[in-house]
Amino acid sequence: MSAFSAVKILHAHPSLAVRSSAAESSSNKPKPSFPSSPSSPFNSTNPSSSSSSLSSSPLRGNRRRPILAVSSDVVSKKQQQRPPLVATPAVTREESLELYEDMILGRTFEDMCAQMYYRGKMFGFVHLYNGQEAVSTGFIKLLSRADSVVSTYRDHVHALSKGVPARAVMAELFGKATGCCRGQGGSMHMFSAEHNLLGGFAFIGEGIPVATGAAFTSKYRYEVLKESNPNGLDVTLAFFGDGTCNNGQFFECLNMAQLWKLPIVFVVENNLWAIGMSHLRSTSDPEIWKKGPAFGMPGVHVDGMDVLKVREVAKEAIERARRGEGPTLVECETYRFRGHSLADPDELRKPDEKAHYATRDPITALKKYILEHNLASESELKTIEKKIDDEIEEAVEFADSSPHPPRSQLLENVFADPKGFGIGPDGKYRCEDPKFTQGTAQV
Amino acid sequence: MAASLQMAALLSAPSTPINPDKLRFGSIPVGRKVSNLIVRSDGRMMTGGFSPSARGGILIPSAVAAKSDAPASSTSSKPGHELLLFEALREGLEEEMDRDPRVCVMGEDVGHYGGSYKVTKGLATKYGDLRVLDTPIAENSFTGMGIGAAMTGLRPIVEGMNMGFLLLAFNQISNNCGMLHYTSGGQFKIPIVIRGPGGVGRQLGAEHSQRLESYFQSIPGLQMVACSTPYNAKGLMKAAIRSENPVVLFEHVLLYNLKERIPDEEYICCLEEAEMVRPGEHVTILTYSRMRYHVMQAAKTLVNKGYDPEVIDIRSLKPFDLYTIGNSIKKTHRVLIVEECMRTGGIGASLRAAIIDNFWDYLDAPIMCLSSQDVPTPYAGTLEEWTVVQPPQIVAAVEQLCQ
Repeated sequence: MSAFSAVKILHAHPSLAVRSSAAESSSNKPKPSFPSSPSSPFNSTNPSSSSSSLSSSPLRGNRRRPILAVSSDVVSKKQQQRPPLVATPAVTREESLELYEDMILGRTFEDMCAQMYYRGKMFGFVHLYNGQEAVSTGFIKLLSRADSVVSTYRDHVHALSKGVPARAVMAELFGKATGCCRGQGGSMHMFSAEHNLLGGFAFIGEGIPVATGAAFTSKYRYEVLKESNPNGLDVTLAFFGDGTCNNGQFFECLNMAQLWKLPIVFVVENNLWAIGMSHLRSTSDPEIWKKGPAFGMPGVHVDGMDVLKVREVAKEAIERARRGEGPTLVECETYRFRGHSLADPDELRKPDEKAHYATRDPITALKKYILEHNLASESELKTIEKKIDDEIEEAVEFADSSPHPPRSQLLENVFADPKGFGIGPDGKYRCEDPKFTQGTAQV
Repeated sequence: MAASLQMAALLSAPSTPINPDKLRFGSIPVGRKVSNLIVRSDGRMMTGGFSPSARGGILIPSAVAAKSDAPASSTSSKPGHELLLFEALREGLEEEMDRDPRVCVMGEDVGHYGGSYKVTKGLATKYGDLRVLDTPIAENSFTGMGIGAAMTGLRPIVEGMNMGFLLLAFNQISNNCGMLHYTSGGQFKIPIVIRGPGGVGRQLGAEHSQRLESYFQSIPGLQMVACSTPYNAKGLMKAAIRSENPVVLFEHVLLYNLKERIPDEEYICCLEEAEMVRPGEHVTILTYSRMRYHVMQAAKTLVNKGYDPEVIDIRSLKPFDLYTIGNSIKKTHRVLIVEECMRTGGIGASLRAAIIDNFWDYLDAPIMCLSSQDVPTPYAGTLEEWTVVQPPQIVAAVEQLCQ
């Protein structure tokens, strides 16, 4: 009997019933190994990396349990039963505070977005990231400025984690000229050349080839242009959801990235829902991480509500890419606390599913971890929260007081080289017409 | 936003007839070609290389396509070398790849196979497998990959093995290629060239005979050019690669074996300009790509009948060179458009609209447009011939226009 609308258990193995206590041992799980790299870091027996369900060796053949589709929650539930064997914290104090601050920034920002939307400050489609912060923070905080991030329409928090100032993102959402894309992109098209955020794409799957191209450039710079980089190849992260994993561009890019060993990590934010379409209703084999080995790359499943587990997997995947060993597919089981967008009534998801994931709020979990391991005190965390609150307030004020884009901006960025507007009847290039700089010309 | 001028070297094109024996569809003499006036980066305009008029200021000086002066002077007529159109494309490509190590090629069978029409033959051996990349059959994804590479600093050329295959890449071409510069607020530029053979061939069937120029023309932020001779093929290829804008370069399957003598020295053609093929007085015929040759064949008949058509190869399908076209219309007052794409929503339809918008007062007759029939190109040779505009139709149309 399934407790969640998103879960459908077929041929249920008795010991895999939802929320069973730890009777299910790890003996049913395929032993981790990855044939192409015997010393693969994903082949770890380190108990502290208990988060990852590792890809089963294709050589080992079938799994030992009958095929069934379960909520990945069940998988992680099993993992939570295993007691930690190591008591030392997985992060330093500074790291933990950095992670905490980033997640609080993401959450507070998104909550403010919702407020501003309902107050009529922003319009259109706005997709909020509440609940998924662990994925963004866990991955992006490991990157350097030169690494790239490609996202989808749910990109505000990816932008913030990558370093785009909150005021620039907020101003963009308000459609002001001071936005990171001068107000021309909007919620779904966050770009930052300075921070190597390559978008922000409205069509799902559309960003994955772009990310593959950025990774291609990284490899090209090293191999053809002979540029040296002491840190290794610049890495690209491509974020996308479960719905995208049924799209052709996903598979085509997995193939090409592995073929040329591009320095890219494919990060699946599996929040089980694509607007109103449950992942299980749309996907023949819902375990997305398995699609990695089908193309010859490691596929890893991780609890996306736990930022430390995500960070650990991310570290390895990013290092693999830097060393030139090629791509990794990481499936993060996560959940969005709000609807698909602010216009989504969110009626299809059952309350108990939402309640269950609410108990796994990544921010609460990290806070608990920090306090338990005495990495910081409650008041220090409160200070961080206050600081972020102030930052977001300031961002809203900045966005509010920023000017709308003037008419003259209308035609400026259509072409990088405005000669592309062509030659007018008078023999001059049309872009020389003052109406172009005024924005009143008819294009 | 930087208005970056193209570095250009000007040469007047020596006017040479195309060797008729080398044409696959019979002998078609071509009239004198006109030199392309190129804007130099320091603002000077050059005609025929001889009278530079210096212009101060940093605005882009007007680019004017002028008729060539009398026979090209001896200083500009080095012997040149003869080659076929696909070789001209390759020469242009190779020169650009030598000049800038960021220029790379990606497409199906461009590497080891040398390109399905041999445009990239030998380049993989010279530059390596990463710079001339053989891709799997995934147009949408490798076009998107080209766009991502362009955003991050490379200058890729994406080849569609047949232009029709780029229908699969429409998502990336429309959303990312054309629009990304704008939606990013100008932060990323996409200096990509998308090229490939299209057009109606020899009984290739409906799907391999498509003309995509009409589908792409609405995409904002995209430039489209169509080459038709070895000279402008090389020039446009080089210009497209150097351009900071995304450019779609349309080649034609039947024109790859055209032979012509082109200059030895380096030159590029202006992306936004049209080419005066044959000056005349009675009627303006606007055409591009393969139809240029049908028009010139019809022009032979027309001249014998006493007509004097002015033939312009518009070359730039988006944006139109309204100056060259307008000057012609102001002279002849009659326009005939001959194109290979479909009647509905084709380049001719847009051109008609642009002419009416800008030059209505100069027209003495309705604009006639001869396009291919709105029919999936049949396999049978006879049927295929009737879908495409043939020279007798052009002659009849001019006669009707000039009544």
